[in-house]
Amino acid sequence: MTRPAPAIRSLAALIWIELLLTTRRAENLLVTIVIPAAVLTFFASTALLPIPGRAVDVLLPGSIALGIVATGMVGLGIATGYERSYGVLKRLGGAPIPRWTVLAAKMAAVGVVEALQVGLLVGVAAGAFGWRPGPAPIPLVALAGIVLGTVAFAGLGLAMAGALRAEATLAVANGLFIATLLVGGIVLPVDHLADPLRSVVALLPSAPLAEALGIGFGSGPAAGRDAGGPLALLAAWAAGAAALALRAFRWE
Amino acid sequence: MTAGHRAPAPAGPAIEVDGLVKRYGGRAVLEGVSLRVARGELVALLGPNGAGKTTTVEVVEGYRRADGGSVRVLGLDPATGGPALRARVGLMLQGGGGVDPRLTAAEALRLFARFHVPARDPAELLEVVGLGVVAGTPYRRLSGGERQRLAFALALVGLPDLLVLDEPTAGMDPAARASTRALIRSLCDEGAAVLLTTHDIGDVERVADRVAILDRGRIVTDGPPSAVAGEAVPVIRIRFAGAAPLAELATWAAARLPEARLEGDPGDRSTLTIAGAAPTPELVRELAALAAERGILVAELRTAGGSLEERYLELTGDRDVERSA
Repeated sequence: MTRPAPAIRSLAALIWIELLLTTRRAENLLVTIVIPAAVLTFFASTALLPIPGRAVDVLLPGSIALGIVATGMVGLGIATGYERSYGVLKRLGGAPIPRWTVLAAKMAAVGVVEALQVGLLVGVAAGAFGWRPGPAPIPLVALAGIVLGTVAFAGLGLAMAGALRAEATLAVANGLFIATLLVGGIVLPVDHLADPLRSVVALLPSAPLAEALGIGFGSGPAAGRDAGGPLALLAAWAAGAAALALRAFRWE
Repeated sequence: MTAGHRAPAPAGPAIEVDGLVKRYGGRAVLEGVSLRVARGELVALLGPNGAGKTTTVEVVEGYRRADGGSVRVLGLDPATGGPALRARVGLMLQGGGGVDPRLTAAEALRLFARFHVPARDPAELLEVVGLGVVAGTPYRRLSGGERQRLAFALALVGLPDLLVLDEPTAGMDPAARASTRALIRSLCDEGAAVLLTTHDIGDVERVADRVAILDRGRIVTDGPPSAVAGEAVPVIRIRFAGAAPLAELATWAAARLPEARLEGDPGDRSTLTIAGAAPTPELVRELAALAAERGILVAELRTAGGSLEERYLELTGDRDVERSA
């Protein structure tokens, strides 16, 4: 009698397919890899930003945060939305695999892309603009920021993929991406925005993510600040977005 | 293909649906559907579009929960059977589909093969379903018929005890349709149970052990295709080149066929149906003579009786049913 394969084997097969598909979604790689690197390079090469000190100290955590928004919310949300409309998720739901393996494989692929992003962005910042971590970096804060930020934005992407049509997910995710890039505390720290925009943006997840990364790297204006506030805010977003995704996610 | 791995089939039917009720937003889509598929049996669920065929199979597949009645698949509740049950059920969604457009046929099949222990060899299976030459082609470039065949291969890759196929031959060219039917039949002969939905009388006549006709959420008949065909009321349909000589025909029929019913067509004064009398060469000759005596030409004369298509038409009124070779 035929049996389901062990979950770990199915998971490995799904992760492999997710990575394969990631390499084939060229438009996705543009948003997740190219745009954050371009934002970092462009603004670090010009004197457009009204910030004291070296711009790269602000831009590196900001561009990594942008990459996480792009990979989690934009890339994962859009890809999952289309998979739902193509019936891919429904067909997988009929396969002898635990359902969590499908989401776990997607998260694993997101993790791999993010590792590449961080490597690339740190490489560009260090190689081209002389960025170095501060004298007292807290890697654990940076890592916690990345994990919580990933859960928060992936949760928002999956919630959109579940609640909206694929085309609407595409539009909304890209719109939020642009908004995040412009006023999400990514390029321009939140302190430089005027109220009431400042107060609103400070509560959104991208700004605390960038700040947690800055604190973790120990360089730039965020160095030495207390990480408790931004991490708590991010954790709240992560919990809320995960709950929303669980509620909204649909297999068909 | 062989099924040498298959353990002796345990007792009990593969599918046992009893009084199944399903509602969508208060509207009943299935109103007490009962259906059994024995192991090694091939049952075709035939019905018009919107009759509830897909809803029925999706309850069997575990995608939808029943609002009433009971459903057992290989002895288990499909809604809670989990991976252990899904491993034994090969399914094909309506319209094929379910594959990312960027994956090749081989990649998709290899992925699903990894979910099963044991599984068929994906490369070999691609050859069997006739997709060997497009194994490396992305799904988005496959034709509709090729996508259907890939979906069929996905259903087979896990060596299932039960196949649930929603319109498996739709969109296939005649050669692919014939080989798909042959493959389904051979799997069944090796012991697999099959439930397939179709809108094609050809599928039923060529492969099914039993046919259940579903209309507006109810099974209206169920039996071997030949027995269901035998339930059809025999008819003679005659069209004249001009108005039908109704009075003369009525007199003739009253004397000659007292048990038959004459039915005019409200939209067409030239057509008449004589239902309930088995067509014989003698009746056809008399009808032609009657028309000739009045100088009316018989434009068309069709006799029917004992065909599955006629019976289907009587039960459902669905004239859009396909009849492929």
